[in-house]
Amino acid sequence: MGMLISLRDWIDARFPMTKMWEEHLSKYYAPKNFNFWYFFGSLALLVLVIQIVTGIFLTMNYKPDADLAFASVEYIMRDVNWGWLIRYMHSTGASAFFIVVYLHMFRGLLYGSYKGPRELIWIFGMLIYLCLMAEAFFGYLLPWGQMSYWGAQVIISLFGAIPVVGDDLALWIRGDFVISDATLNRFFAFHVIAVPLVLLILVVLHILALHEVGSNNPDGVEIKKNKDENGIPVDGIPFHPYYSVKDIVGVVVFLMVFSIVVFFVPDGGGYFLEKPNFEPADPLKTPEHIAPVWYFTPYYAILRAVTIDIGPLSAKFLGVILMGAAVVILFFLPWLDKSEVKSIRYRGPIYKTMLTLFVLAFFMLGYLGTQPPTGVKTMLAQLGTVIYFAFFLLMPWYTKIDKTKPVPERVTFK
Amino acid sequence: MKKQLLALLLLVSPALALASGGNVHLDKANIDPTNKQSLQRGVRTFVNYCLSCHSAAFQRYNRLARDLDISEDDVIENLMFTGEKIGDHMTVAVSKMDVKNWFGAAPPDLTLVARVRGVDWLYTYLRTFYIDDSRPFGVNNLVFPNVGMPHVLWELQGWQKPVYKTVTDEEGQEHQMVEGVELVKAGSQSPAEYDQTVRDLVNFLAYMAEPVKQERQQLGIKVLLFLAVFFVIAYLLKKEYWKDIH
Repeated sequence: MGMLISLRDWIDARFPMTKMWEEHLSKYYAPKNFNFWYFFGSLALLVLVIQIVTGIFLTMNYKPDADLAFASVEYIMRDVNWGWLIRYMHSTGASAFFIVVYLHMFRGLLYGSYKGPRELIWIFGMLIYLCLMAEAFFGYLLPWGQMSYWGAQVIISLFGAIPVVGDDLALWIRGDFVISDATLNRFFAFHVIAVPLVLLILVVLHILALHEVGSNNPDGVEIKKNKDENGIPVDGIPFHPYYSVKDIVGVVVFLMVFSIVVFFVPDGGGYFLEKPNFEPADPLKTPEHIAPVWYFTPYYAILRAVTIDIGPLSAKFLGVILMGAAVVILFFLPWLDKSEVKSIRYRGPIYKTMLTLFVLAFFMLGYLGTQPPTGVKTMLAQLGTVIYFAFFLLMPWYTKIDKTKPVPERVTFK
Repeated sequence: MKKQLLALLLLVSPALALASGGNVHLDKANIDPTNKQSLQRGVRTFVNYCLSCHSAAFQRYNRLARDLDISEDDVIENLMFTGEKIGDHMTVAVSKMDVKNWFGAAPPDLTLVARVRGVDWLYTYLRTFYIDDSRPFGVNNLVFPNVGMPHVLWELQGWQKPVYKTVTDEEGQEHQMVEGVELVKAGSQSPAEYDQTVRDLVNFLAYMAEPVKQERQQLGIKVLLFLAVFFVIAYLLKKEYWKDIH
């Protein structure tokens, strides 16, 4: 024991080990009233670790080569010890990542976690979300199935809709006139090193920014305004051990749901692993219906909702712009929200209605994005798109006139 | 909480995607993946009737021997005819180009076909070939119209002819549509026997598409049991730590 203590002191004299431990865990004071919605931050971290670890083992057996990729995935599924488990964890992890992150973002909307002084946390979070989308998109090409191939084909061809430079840009991204071995190789490079590297840095920045200003909570009360004589927030409790032991419970429940998918429905009913992707990529055979994986479908529905050309701008190009805008607009959320209060608990009926409509529209768009477009479905997608953008663009107005309730001085347990 | 439940339900509900061929009613395959005898009959049918044109390029013979409780000697004697080794994949000797010239399209590899099409589709497909003189091999199919494959199992099933129905489209025009099939010349098996043969074959195809499925589910139960125990411990630990927080 004495030796361990002197080892610690030796390190502390040379590296801020104990200091960091205290700053980020044992003396990081988090509000004591976190509820269900506050599990998803640490769960996102868990899924990130699952993806990195399983990804490393997949890379040991996967071959980024148009002639070998599909067979190497089947080799992993059949011949590599525990390969099937590693692969299913990775494919389920991709969907789980988006589920967890969407719930984490929704928590932000519920309790106004993006509002000052936490704007930068939100911006870093949004950059993480962008990276995650890029990571998922690059990764989806790697199994080299039919949907991998044609999904990538459709998405990259979207760049071709940009006037003047579009075709050259698409060519530059693919590295060939069609999706090919060159595309697969560069996507592999992006998927296994470039994007994960940026992702990890952003996660560190996200957490550093959070620990600088402190966590929000379901009441939207700043706990740092109420400190005791030692400078510790009276409504704060040290993250470790209180939230570390609480998050373990969340982790176990998450792992149960995760295991149900991995062991009993690994293809997620055709949503996590799409059926046509069990057929090797065939550049000469277009699948009847190409749909992106579920986590992209809300944006895909927005893209297809634009059906009219305006002047020289094609509907496809306008759709691409609108789809991009749907993601970019999220970055501006902290400045669009003019409400006096943070939490939904003290907001007025207008925000509550708008948020409900927004969530319904997001689910509806997500469903419509999986379906082939028909007259009625396109109209619904247009309605959903209008609601999606109205939620953000009208926010400066409706959050100002909304009747808010008085916020308590201290946090409450509900 | 309701929203989360709904989201969960949406995620686990089976896909409603239709296989190629569109809106034809699919019969339930009702396969039993634990029935080793059914799987053994299935692999025999597969090797005798399918493997001459279709490969199963990701399936090894010795894996099949192990999983289906067949001794390796029996596999070599009864299921391997072209001098492969027991650890080899189930490939075909004919060249892809040749077969493409014969049939118009290269017969797809069948290792994963059950995951692409689904077992019900396969079960219905293999039972609904019907006589159609306009096609190169004299047969057409209910769930896969204008398929390039001949009715390979005809000597077992016999021949079926189409049953037409008249439908009126939106513009008032009448069309003849194939509604179903009926047997006109019996094969060596009765319809019930033939259904069982196809069921066994589809059972084998489903096994081959994911050989690890049984093991995966068995392990899943153990993992969930472990997590259930761990949950109790984790929950009690949390409760103990949090008892002073009000």
